[in-house]
Amino acid sequence: MSETASSFRENGGVRGWLGRQPIWVRWLLILAGTVAAFLLPYAEHVPLIGPQIVTEGVDWSSALFEISYYVLLALGLNVVVGYAGLLDLGYVGFFAVGAYGTALLTSPDSILYEDTGWKWLMAVPVALALTMVAGVLLGWPTLRLRGDYLAIVTLGFAEIIRIVATSTTTLRGDRGFASIPHPPGSWGGEPIFGVTDAIPYFWLGLVIIILVILGVRNLDRSRVGRSWLAIREDEEAAEVMGVRTFKYKLWAFAIGAFIGGLGGVLFAGEQSFINSQTFVLQFSILVLAGVVMGGSGNMAGAILGGVLISYIPNRLRGLSVGDTDLYEYRFALFGLAIIVIMVLRPQGLIPSRRRAMELKDREKEVAPQ
Amino acid sequence: MSEPHQETPEELDRENARPVDRPAPTGGRTAEPPAETVRDEDVLLEVDHVTLRFGGVVALNDVSFSLRKGEIFGLIGPNGAGKTTCFNAMTGVYRPTEGGIRFQGESIVGKKKHEITRGGIARTFQNVRLFPEMTALENVMVGADAHHKTSVISALFRLPRFWREERSGRARSLELLRFVGIAHRAGDVSRNLSYGEQRRLEIARALATNPTLLCLDEPAAGFNPAEKVELLQLIRKIRDTGVTVLLIEHDMRLVMGVTDRIVVLEFGKKIAEGTPAQVRDNPAVIAAYLGVPTDAA
Repeated sequence: MSETASSFRENGGVRGWLGRQPIWVRWLLILAGTVAAFLLPYAEHVPLIGPQIVTEGVDWSSALFEISYYVLLALGLNVVVGYAGLLDLGYVGFFAVGAYGTALLTSPDSILYEDTGWKWLMAVPVALALTMVAGVLLGWPTLRLRGDYLAIVTLGFAEIIRIVATSTTTLRGDRGFASIPHPPGSWGGEPIFGVTDAIPYFWLGLVIIILVILGVRNLDRSRVGRSWLAIREDEEAAEVMGVRTFKYKLWAFAIGAFIGGLGGVLFAGEQSFINSQTFVLQFSILVLAGVVMGGSGNMAGAILGGVLISYIPNRLRGLSVGDTDLYEYRFALFGLAIIVIMVLRPQGLIPSRRRAMELKDREKEVAPQ
Repeated sequence: MSEPHQETPEELDRENARPVDRPAPTGGRTAEPPAETVRDEDVLLEVDHVTLRFGGVVALNDVSFSLRKGEIFGLIGPNGAGKTTCFNAMTGVYRPTEGGIRFQGESIVGKKKHEITRGGIARTFQNVRLFPEMTALENVMVGADAHHKTSVISALFRLPRFWREERSGRARSLELLRFVGIAHRAGDVSRNLSYGEQRRLEIARALATNPTLLCLDEPAAGFNPAEKVELLQLIRKIRDTGVTVLLIEHDMRLVMGVTDRIVVLEFGKKIAEGTPAQVRDNPAVIAAYLGVPTDAA
């Protein structure tokens, strides 16, 4: 037991190095990283590296926008799965509620259009409130369940949302909602958020991601984060120590739902069209795979996971070995990549230190040496 | 309540040798004595005719006793006597099948565990249950959070209350770590602490919830004699800060050395109550611990 690193401060690796740097170096690096992220849409113009990153024949800025909402979803799911330790297999449900909320309030196809027909920005707070309510409604009866049972119920939730969306006339199934307005704003007489250029949407996504990171970080380093961690490690001990376990699990669900809803709202605003085909179950599984692969319980890991799950399949487009088009095998290759990562790094690519240790402890329990 | 039972010769024997302050357990509620001259306002926690059954097993059978403010109270008995069950009933983990438990005059039966904790009863676990990947300081801060009011919103936006409580909680937690003597391990992950340090950390975490009553479930288990002496000192120190201590213990010497009063359980029943000296000389207790010679009956 005492052989493992006795303190976080003594950790090696990149993060250990980072932790030893003076505060201004860290801020400078964060700033540089942020600026680089905002400049990503122009990566294709960078000689040598550019062509390697960008997939030919794919609109790079659209791909980046896709990455941004996947990252958002990974961050939200990370709160639920990584921090509070609640296995949610139906996370796409919240994404759907956010997107449908926006669509119902803004699209001319909506039955509410006569009364609302709002602008995108007006619909956002209502749609987000709706997803939080959905999170609480799902969590209230189900959070008394633990582990696998919770996973099954959440799985059911996402399917219910999808099936309701498919089969009710109000939600229009396959026909979906068209002409969902874009986010507001104009620059030199031209609307910022147009139809052809996805870069502004990517930037908007980035801004939202940064705000989410700051918010989640604040929560993590407060009694809320401590409560989540305590619940994850020993729920009964946490309760005996005065933690209102149910309340904090519900908050984790509501916050996760909120962030998922943000992704949905953003998605609806960019695509301008949504239908029930978008919100399939694979989507939930994919995001969860991203979180676990990146390193659950750690925001950097979740972000990396979110990037990988949307970037890898896209990158395979147009690549071929001999006569075989790799894109056709993208899911197989992707699955292979996940398996390899999970075998080599079961704690994820950028694991939370705590999560990694919890995993080690459990390994010892399973296979004592 | 309990079925009226025939007194065996053994029990009658115990009666004769019973210390002065406790009348005969004739069974049944009516005969329950005004156990001692305890004034009501002195009573902190009252276990009132508690029976707890698990299916057909009677884990606690009509057990009654009360804790007074400011004392160190021992709950002892041989293995399987129902000590931990009793303890769990008092901290809200189990709900008594019959009977009541009152803390500061208020019933705590059916209350949630976290409510009971915030109400002033803190506990440790028989087998240490810390949050293993949190640092020692963070563990204690979870306890301190029990009385904090920082909401999710004020944590999210770092409102003044967040800073205030975070600062005071941190200071208080460090002070408690110093109090139990492991301040130097504050930044270490609790799983890397030694066994003795972990036990102390658990006590610090429980104290952080600001308890009126601290319940320690076999805190000396696995300790060597030197560590036990230190633990005794710590328990006294805790009492001196005004906290009432309930101690479940196996080690008779430790219990005798530190407690003011003791209740002895055997097979879910209370068989003796009194000062350490009284309990030590009680033949029923001796019989429970050492067994009865066959010729005694």
